Amino acid sequence: MIRLEPRATPSMAMSILSPVIALAITAAAGAALFTALGKDPGQALSVFFLEPFNGVRAISELALKSTPLVLIALGLALCYRSNVWNIGAEGQFLMGAIGGGGLALWVTTAEIGMSRWLFFPLVILAGAMAGAAWAGVVALLRDRFNANEILVSLMLVYVANLFLSWLVFGPWKDPQGYNFPQTVSFAANTELPRVIRGMRLHWGTAVALVAAVVMWLFMFRTFTGIQLQVGGPAPAAARYAGFSSRAAIWTTLLVSGGLSGVAGAFEVAGPMGQLTPHVSAGYGFTAIIVAFVGRLHPLGCILGSVVLSMFLIGGELAQSRIGLPSALAGVFQGVLLLSLLACDTLIHYRPRWSRGS
Amino acid sequence: MTERLPLKHLALAALVVATGLTACSKKAEPAPATVAAPAAPAKPAPLKAAFVYVGPVGDAGYTYAHDLGRKEAAAKLGDKVETTFVEKVAEGPDAERVIRDLATQGNKIIFATSFGFGDSMVKVAKDFPDVHFEHATGFKTSENMRVYEPRIHEVAYFAGIVAGRMTKTNTLGFVGSFPIPEVLRNIDAFTLGAQSVNPKVKTRVVWVGSWFDPPKETEAAQALLNKGADVLLQNTDSTAVLQAAEKAGKYAFGWDSDMSAFAPKAHLGSCVLLWGVYYEKALNDVLDKTWKTGATKWGYREGMTDFIKIPDFVPADAKKKVEEVKAGLKAGTFEIFKAPVVDNTGKVRLRKGEVASDKWLGDVNFYVKGVEGKVPSGK
Amino acid sequence: MNEFALLVAATLAAGTPLAIAGIGLLVNERAGVLNLGAEGMMLVAAVAGFATGYATGSEVAALAAGALAGAVIAAIYGWLVIWLNTNQYATGLAVSLFGSGFSAFVGLGLVGKKLEETEVAGVPLLRDLPVLGVALFRQHPVVYLAMALTGGVAFFLHRTRSGLVLRAIGESPVSAHALGYPVRRIRLAAVVVGGTLCGVAGAYLSVVYTPLWVEGMVAGRGWIALALTTFATWRPTRLLLGAYLFGGVTMLQLDLQASGVQVAPQFMSMLPYLATVVVLVLISRNPLWIRLNMPASLGKTFFPGS
Repeated sequence: MIRLEPRATPSMAMSILSPVIALAITAAAGAALFTALGKDPGQALSVFFLEPFNGVRAISELALKSTPLVLIALGLALCYRSNVWNIGAEGQFLMGAIGGGGLALWVTTAEIGMSRWLFFPLVILAGAMAGAAWAGVVALLRDRFNANEILVSLMLVYVANLFLSWLVFGPWKDPQGYNFPQTVSFAANTELPRVIRGMRLHWGTAVALVAAVVMWLFMFRTFTGIQLQVGGPAPAAARYAGFSSRAAIWTTLLVSGGLSGVAGAFEVAGPMGQLTPHVSAGYGFTAIIVAFVGRLHPLGCILGSVVLSMFLIGGELAQSRIGLPSALAGVFQGVLLLSLLACDTLIHYRPRWSRGS
Repeated sequence: MTERLPLKHLALAALVVATGLTACSKKAEPAPATVAAPAAPAKPAPLKAAFVYVGPVGDAGYTYAHDLGRKEAAAKLGDKVETTFVEKVAEGPDAERVIRDLATQGNKIIFATSFGFGDSMVKVAKDFPDVHFEHATGFKTSENMRVYEPRIHEVAYFAGIVAGRMTKTNTLGFVGSFPIPEVLRNIDAFTLGAQSVNPKVKTRVVWVGSWFDPPKETEAAQALLNKGADVLLQNTDSTAVLQAAEKAGKYAFGWDSDMSAFAPKAHLGSCVLLWGVYYEKALNDVLDKTWKTGATKWGYREGMTDFIKIPDFVPADAKKKVEEVKAGLKAGTFEIFKAPVVDNTGKVRLRKGEVASDKWLGDVNFYVKGVEGKVPSGK
Repeated sequence: MNEFALLVAATLAAGTPLAIAGIGLLVNERAGVLNLGAEGMMLVAAVAGFATGYATGSEVAALAAGALAGAVIAAIYGWLVIWLNTNQYATGLAVSLFGSGFSAFVGLGLVGKKLEETEVAGVPLLRDLPVLGVALFRQHPVVYLAMALTGGVAFFLHRTRSGLVLRAIGESPVSAHALGYPVRRIRLAAVVVGGTLCGVAGAYLSVVYTPLWVEGMVAGRGWIALALTTFATWRPTRLLLGAYLFGGVTMLQLDLQASGVQVAPQFMSMLPYLATVVVLVLISRNPLWIRLNMPASLGKTFFPGS
């Protein structure tokens, strides 16, 4: 029987080895699955692990796909480190998309002439405010009424989703769009500035990277950041740290909601160029896994996002390249995530063989 | 700073594991794709065609029907074509990446089967002038991108004829997805078909706000049955409504594909989409180099839709009426939306002398007389 | 009157899967474990139940297979979060992701298949009562099972010693451990019970309620079941009522539409979620009340000896 013993200090070796072990388990499981399906496992694995990095365009697409995940996961990492369990980032993302999309729609319909570079900070602001406001509802209900933030934030995801649906089916619907649920295509000046000509990668990605650095500084180099993580909303602990639990709830939720909102605004003003009911491909939920796979560390969030995006893109490529069903990509992702989470245990605990129980 | 190191290794490890594995397998077995085939110089390379689906091919409904069409066309054209598909592609940014990737993979014709893929396709089409793009149910075209759509409201009309004859309560039920013109046309055509044999018929509508939510479709069907509707039609993708009717001892229809097997007692016929006819034509257009842009709206006449498997217990006069309308559509003498078309508030929507043009059909946003309630406007 | 009876009947049927899954999740949350993988477990159970029903033609076997599938997935989840101390939220979400992919993959060959028809007999004699018979006594046995289960779990939690131990563990695993209870094993048992019931609920959807299999068919009901436990302040009877309330709001909204009342479907659909938020706010306002009801260690990892 294997027993786990807590380590006195987190194991350095294991923090390096654990993702390697997890990837090896996933690759082995994947290889077995692919072989069982009559596919060449080497080719299949390379589609998942190498093809998404094949060439500048592929990498730019990977970065584009990772951008919203990075932004959301950063905010969530801060929340979770502070013991505030916001799992409704999806809703905050959608509200940010509505905020950013609303701004772009206004600029488009009122034909306001402004440069892309002026619109860029404005759309960030719109997204951040909308996302933060939505998370603010969670904070308010938690603060005033002690309503559990997990469930409130989750319920508000559905509400935001239906609100978006109402907007694009109703007041914001493109009058020339054959009654289809979408806004007009936004004017060219609302498009996020691109990094490389002819590719979709936009400067929002740079914003996400800067946000990661700022978050790192905030978490580990500022007094407030450290206090937050010590205290969180646990009143007693926070009092020792000299930080109010109320402030912890408000700060983390507003920051996290704001970042999710920016991610939503980027998605609308970036690759979408209009608002539809399908703005999010579940980014808010995927980012929760990203945050944990990234060990709630800002730089880990970046790597986690890249790994997740790699699998999402790899799943598409596996269909067109080697005819694997999309469901298999889901299985493969699930195995990777579960083994990553399981292997991380080894960092803090030492496995011991022992007889009996 | 200590936390940074392991993360770097994570990325490295990923690469190492992946390259290691690929290297191993490559040694074991040389990639067949890179081996030149000197044996068959005469045969031209097959035309590569790709399909982008919004749902899983296993939805037993809309995407399933597209995939049947793909297989059928591929079978007919044999080794002249090579088809692939990508399923469950989200409408939005993912679609553009998938379509672009398929274009760079050497596919010469790409079909995108959902309305929401349109703008993504427009963007990619601009960058690949020598690839042919086909967008189902869309309206944006360009030099190398065209649209296609079935006139499915025709088969909803057939269903209406049978429903109007079979109802005992004079109440029909319709489970709708979203109140867009395509679906409203089906509700209206269904009602008009029923009224053509039974003027007393009225239709109740329930919207489920989803193309695909089988339990909710069941609930919607139940709500309609509870309100006295005894023949149901749906514009959602699963067999749930039909099965709910079977359980309740009432009637319903199959939609998108043949669903007769699901409800032997309740099934009054299936409204089927036969995309294969169009896919075969489109592939042939590319093979023959006769591909031209445009908009194809095919219906019963062209064999893209049909109403099949009417059971024996449906009275002969209803079947005869269906056959008459089928013949009329084939000959081009029958109009489903024939002026005057009056909506359920009494407003004339199509005046005498006007014909239901494609533009008019694409803008339908009202219930005809006989449908209960108001179209949800969201306002 | 008859229309109302039909609405009640439809509400009971719609609330049943939510109630069964909710009761299961309530048990494992009472032990301090929050499982966000409910949706994934229900999906795997739905496909397992459908496959078994298709192969054997037996509804009982199908529901049992669903229960077993739910239990297995829950056991994996439980092992990860209880023995390996992984984060409950992330692990639960990963289980949801895995479950939806896995069920879709396994179910590829089952799409478009049909189960044998079974007659629902209802309760003898009572089924023929006017109005009440239609409203209450013509349901599938699982509907009554949900009610019995509620009573059983309520009795277990509040009237038995084992129930007390379970609640004590959810309250403070450290003290329970100090008293010599095998905290982790009991937690695992609670998680497996939760998975089993989620499994029954999932199989009920694919075998009885809708009867069909298509991927993703649970369509968010696992999440609603999760919300219900809070809505019910972790009390079984309240949970059952909450499930019927959720089912009722859905049915009422469809019913109104069918009556020709114009409603924006989006706003009607929002109601159950807003209602949960409102209820959450109402019950949480009183700190004593929420503390009396909510398992204090919910979502927190416990490691013996740490």
